[in-house]
Amino acid sequence: MTTLQESAPTKPLRRPALGVGTIAIVAGLVAAFAVPALADDYWLSSIIIPTVIMGLAGIGLNLLMGYTGLVSIGSAAFMSIGAFSTYNLLLRAPFLPLPVVLILAGLIAAAAGVIFGLPSLRIKGFYLGASTLGAQFFFEWLFTNFSWFSNDSQSLTISAPRLQILDYDLQSATGRYYLVIATTVLLIALAFAIVKSRVGREWMAIRDMDVAASVIGIRVARRKLLSFGISSFFLGIAGALWAFGYLGTSDAHAFNLDKSFQILFIVIIGGVATIFGNFLGAAFIVLTPILLDRLSLVIDLSFLGDQGALANLQHIIFGTIIIVLLIKEPDGLSSLGRRGVEALRSRTRSSG
Amino acid sequence: MSYFLETLVSGLFAGVMYSLVAIGFVLIYKASGVFNFAQGAMLLFAALTFVTLIEKGMPFALAFIVTSLVMVAMAILIEWLVLRPLRNRDPLTLFMATSGLSYVIEGFAQLLMGMDVHMLDLGIPDVAVQVGGIYVSQFDIIASLIALTLVATLAITFNKTRMGISLRAVASDTLAAQSIGIRLPVIWRIVWSVAGIVALVAGLVWGSRQGVQYSLSLVTLKALPVLIIGGFSSIPGAIAGGLLVGATEALADIYIGPLVNGSVSTWFAYILAVGFLQIRPAGLFGDREIERV
Amino acid sequence: MSGLLELHDVSLSFKGVRALNALSFSVAKGEICALIGPNGAGKSSLLNVINGVYRADAGDIVFDGLRFEAIHPQKAAHLGIGRTFQHNALFRRLSVRENVLAGLSRHGNASFFENIFRLGRDGAERHGFLARAERTMSFLGLDRHAGKIVSTLPYGLQKRVDLARALVAGPKLLLLDEPMAGMNQEEKEEMSRVIREVNRVFGSTVVLIEHDVGIVLNLASHVVVLDYGRKLADGAPDEVRKNPDVIAAYLGTVH
Repeated sequence: MTTLQESAPTKPLRRPALGVGTIAIVAGLVAAFAVPALADDYWLSSIIIPTVIMGLAGIGLNLLMGYTGLVSIGSAAFMSIGAFSTYNLLLRAPFLPLPVVLILAGLIAAAAGVIFGLPSLRIKGFYLGASTLGAQFFFEWLFTNFSWFSNDSQSLTISAPRLQILDYDLQSATGRYYLVIATTVLLIALAFAIVKSRVGREWMAIRDMDVAASVIGIRVARRKLLSFGISSFFLGIAGALWAFGYLGTSDAHAFNLDKSFQILFIVIIGGVATIFGNFLGAAFIVLTPILLDRLSLVIDLSFLGDQGALANLQHIIFGTIIIVLLIKEPDGLSSLGRRGVEALRSRTRSSG
Repeated sequence: MSYFLETLVSGLFAGVMYSLVAIGFVLIYKASGVFNFAQGAMLLFAALTFVTLIEKGMPFALAFIVTSLVMVAMAILIEWLVLRPLRNRDPLTLFMATSGLSYVIEGFAQLLMGMDVHMLDLGIPDVAVQVGGIYVSQFDIIASLIALTLVATLAITFNKTRMGISLRAVASDTLAAQSIGIRLPVIWRIVWSVAGIVALVAGLVWGSRQGVQYSLSLVTLKALPVLIIGGFSSIPGAIAGGLLVGATEALADIYIGPLVNGSVSTWFAYILAVGFLQIRPAGLFGDREIERV
Repeated sequence: MSGLLELHDVSLSFKGVRALNALSFSVAKGEICALIGPNGAGKSSLLNVINGVYRADAGDIVFDGLRFEAIHPQKAAHLGIGRTFQHNALFRRLSVRENVLAGLSRHGNASFFENIFRLGRDGAERHGFLARAERTMSFLGLDRHAGKIVSTLPYGLQKRVDLARALVAGPKLLLLDEPMAGMNQEEKEEMSRVIREVNRVFGSTVVLIEHDVGIVLNLASHVVVLDYGRKLADGAPDEVRKNPDVIAAYLGTVH
């Protein structure tokens, strides 16, 4: 033992010229001041808000899938739990402030995540998809068949009774933007704190080789359930934001299987085991349909006949882009981003 | 009691149809390790092509042959454009690629052949006949016979022919199979073609029941719990799993449904599958691989 | 005879094939014990039973005074059984440092909240872990590679990372599954030196599997010869070398 304790003091870590911290501060300032000043309501409501929320949902799934290696095909279910919990908490416990409600809604989604994660202790891979897909259909059914969850509304829809923090009303596009961005920034920080901690390291160990992880004493079962819980916590809050920060009024079908697949695409296209990559993936998912719509206005597509044909053409293009991205960018769009940042760093280094 | 039996029997017949869809999955999974989410889209595409040809006045047999050829062409394209560039990538990426593929195939199917609901009459009368004291749909019986014939044909092909042996070689050890001269792209093309034709048969049977329309592609979601119970790579598993899911789902809908405000058929099979895996993690026939270290 | 590790009539079979057949032997504290035998003799299965990856069909095991029939791998780790793998079982997308740090997981005592919010016990844990990982890496000559992703390293270095990951937790018993597989003579001798050093400096009892009989007879103080799941010989290297059964079954033939 003695020879070992004497040797090798720890070396300080080298700081890159353009650190994550700097980028985060700049991004934060831009998000807080520049975006609301420059973007009009359409941009805020139809592009920026949904991109940010879907990126947040992507982080939720990425923590589970990218970092812990557990497949989930039912992410939207946990979003719907967050949305319906938020609605009911705001409605039935009006004394609770919005941030507390969001956290509680996240925790309720987390509890459901842990329950539907239990099968992961015995089964793996796509077989595990059964459990989360079961959650997907179960909760869609639950929220449509039991009108208590939507306060017995005839249309089974939910809309937030009020969206305010202290006395600030957040119903406007800018207000909703601030709510969404502030929540997301906090959760990004939380996500980084988790993946950089012992917990994150143990998740990745389980992902890369779970038998070895168990053999070196990692509590695999506990860590897997924790991952399900935290992932669902993120998804639950993202779901609440989606329902009330973006849609305004929503129902269980806003969180259908399509939404779950969109989140899967975000993770795969944005980059597995990344945090910021999810926002690139989300931008792709949100922007592609809008761009295709715009494109169809510019190009004469009358030969296609009806609106339905246009939707089908968009499906074909969307599917093709996904396949091409999977082939051409194996590490996701974030690796493109990383290459960009590397190029920028080397430039700042050489000029400074 | 006879109500119970009738429900059970009709559930079992539905189960045969689930198996039919599941077998398409199993073939592809066995030979290429791909969890093919586009199976439902292929089914829709095949049924739509067939029904369009029939509506254009083509005779049944010819339409079947032409559609089969279309499915073979599709298989070759998929191998060339999607599988080959994604070779050696992780299963999740391949799965996502097939879900992208399902957008493309569904889009093409409806773009070329419209989004209307097409009625499909296979000439099988859907009347109830009495068998052993309970009423059974004649359509169900004939459809099940078709399914069983197809399954038997596949099973024999898989076990007896040279082709089938190559397939099993690829399924059990891809590298070894390649080293003895089996060409992977060829195997993939064949398997995806066979899966395409299985999709056609399944599409016709389902389509004549429900009408040929978009919702046909959703039968994929019915096949999934079947696969989970039966195992992704077992044909007998797909059959047994299909019957189990069909029967329990029908019974649950009738006996549990009324207690909880309506149909439980969207999710019941999944919960069943998960519960089943908790009891038997090795699957129905215990052929799930055991990890070695 | 009582040792750190004792096996009593341990049997294991896979789908009707006997991998281990009523096997008994004892490993004394502080020794280097080598398991030898042809492929399929059940050597890896034996390690897997000792640290709980497989469950024995019959028999029991005593480790450090604790008797058990089956054990969970995590429990085995917490009792102080470390393990390396025959086939690469590293966390391949993590760096060398992260792999070694992961090896310390069983010593973590900070709660989840302390860990992610860097409160309470987290600081001490973080620093303690890092210091131990750095020491182990420099002991095994891995410090130059600490930041590299393990899947990018050559095979020999990966074997060392595997050893570092097991060693860093300070195991009482270290199970090494073919630590020298695929190495040339020079590398094998270097690895032997490292194992001897580990045994001496850390005081870890070592049980290892190795095919190269020459290396084994020099390195080990105790040799157990297995053949088709049964024990053929058990004793000091010199005794084993002279055992006629062993000469007939194993040492006489070329592998």
